[in-house]
Amino acid sequence: MSVLVYTENWDGKFKKLSFELVSYASAVAKMAGTSVTAVSIGKVEESELKKLGNYGAQKILCAEGDQFTVLDSQAYAAIISEAALKEEAKIIVISNNNTGKAVAPRLSVRLKAGVGSGVSKLPLNLNPFTVYKRTYSGNAFAHVVIKSDIKILTLAQNSFDPAETPNNAVIEKFEVTGENFTGRTKRMDIQKQSGKILLTDADIVVSGGRGMKSSDNWAPLVELASALGGATACSRPVSDEGWRPNEEHTGQTGKIIAPNLYIAVGISGATQHLAGISSSKYIVAINTDKDAPIFEAAQYGIVGDAMKVLPKLVAAVKEIKK
Amino acid sequence: MKILVCISNVPDTTTKIKLAEGNSTIDAAGIQWVINPWDELSLTKALELRDDAATGIKSITVAHVGPASSEPVMRKALAIGADDAIRVNADSSDAYYVAAQLAEVIKKEQFDLILCGIESSDYNGSLVGGMISEFLGIPSASAVSGIKMENGIPIITRDIDGGKELIELPVPFVAIVQKGIAKEPRIASMRGIMLARTKQIKVYEPLAVETLTNILILEKPAPRSACRFIDAENPGELIDLLRNEAKVI
Repeated sequence: MSVLVYTENWDGKFKKLSFELVSYASAVAKMAGTSVTAVSIGKVEESELKKLGNYGAQKILCAEGDQFTVLDSQAYAAIISEAALKEEAKIIVISNNNTGKAVAPRLSVRLKAGVGSGVSKLPLNLNPFTVYKRTYSGNAFAHVVIKSDIKILTLAQNSFDPAETPNNAVIEKFEVTGENFTGRTKRMDIQKQSGKILLTDADIVVSGGRGMKSSDNWAPLVELASALGGATACSRPVSDEGWRPNEEHTGQTGKIIAPNLYIAVGISGATQHLAGISSSKYIVAINTDKDAPIFEAAQYGIVGDAMKVLPKLVAAVKEIKK
Repeated sequence: MKILVCISNVPDTTTKIKLAEGNSTIDAAGIQWVINPWDELSLTKALELRDDAATGIKSITVAHVGPASSEPVMRKALAIGADDAIRVNADSSDAYYVAAQLAEVIKKEQFDLILCGIESSDYNGSLVGGMISEFLGIPSASAVSGIKMENGIPIITRDIDGGKELIELPVPFVAIVQKGIAKEPRIASMRGIMLARTKQIKVYEPLAVETLTNILILEKPAPRSACRFIDAENPGELIDLLRNEAKVI
């Protein structure tokens, strides 16, 4: 019996997300008195795989193969469930990102394993196995009991701090051949987002709303994000107007994010917007309307005109970063 | 080609959620129920595809797992333009149970394209669409933000973590859709509403399937501390607080 964690790689490299997952799996394994096995799909160098050991993986199963460069939820789920059976894993940890959302439900059906999706804390209880999860888009949280023998947990991004301690993991090649593991997804084109910090990965996010008035006014906001080393986001009306791309929309129907710092500029704070950002550790609101609901969600606020406040903030950040 | 759109009914997204006595469910009093926003996007996309004769899409069916009290939401889907509606007469918060019921509907009725929203705004599970595809052993694509038909073959745009891909899958498959798939949801016309009244909602009794999860208790999020206001003339103070008090920059 062990805790199995699926660690995704991007062009052969692991990101903070993978280390968060292994650290989380390791904390769960400690609760359950067992060990962690990581499963990696695709080509990853041994030196990179070794890093997973430092976050608590004792064993790493590595399923290599050129066919795995395209995400195929059927093939990926087949590999992970095979690994779970081999390791007799009773708990499986996956990210709640796009890949996790594609793979976890399939894995659930294959293994008849209940899923606690989007968990942000360690299990509340092992018997009955109880997890804490966001429901009603952040307006309520549920204690959910998973009754099945095998349990799957999908971890919300940025919700668990990676903890590193030197440790040597055993790396094993994991042979997966046959029709089961051959995907049917045919990729025709790919556009990678490069050079930019991914919104869902970012520790700091600066976000603009309708109060920014026009797409022409975004320069100081982008500058603040860049000075802070963060990503930019926006509210729904802004992406609907086409002032900013759809990928930046945070909120109930857009991206759900949990950065350490979320700066909302000219965003009134409708329920649907808060649903996407309420897990942020700190929220700062800048708005001309002192009664805007965003100030109820924020720890720090400035009542004022963004066009005047933003340049001063940029200057202050540049001053401390000197 | 036939499309199935799976729909869930959820409290209107502006609802202030209150908990019912015992805290195991929400207080349903005064709640306006709507089609889950992502399912509504799926339906809008299905209608756009059907409107274009070149796609060869002939009909749109909506399916829902819920009690008779959720039929108004199905009527709304019919009024917007769905051709048929199927309700599985069961009520559950467990994704595995719900997906098993919908998979059974698909086995009986046969569809080429199955559309599901990426999550529901009540349980936020992101599970049902993927589970349906595994129950049926058919391909699926998640985080789909575009579907177009090229010579009778659906071409899908999906988000991956760190980019976008254009992919092709053999039909039938499940597309799990998100924002970007369609613009504004459609509004029912008076004619649509009249037509929807006369349409039959087919009712299936549920399969015996076990549930794998149950909600023990709900709780409201902890209230945030009061906002500390900083003078707009001196925003440098904010940066100082973020660095030295919150320690986030």
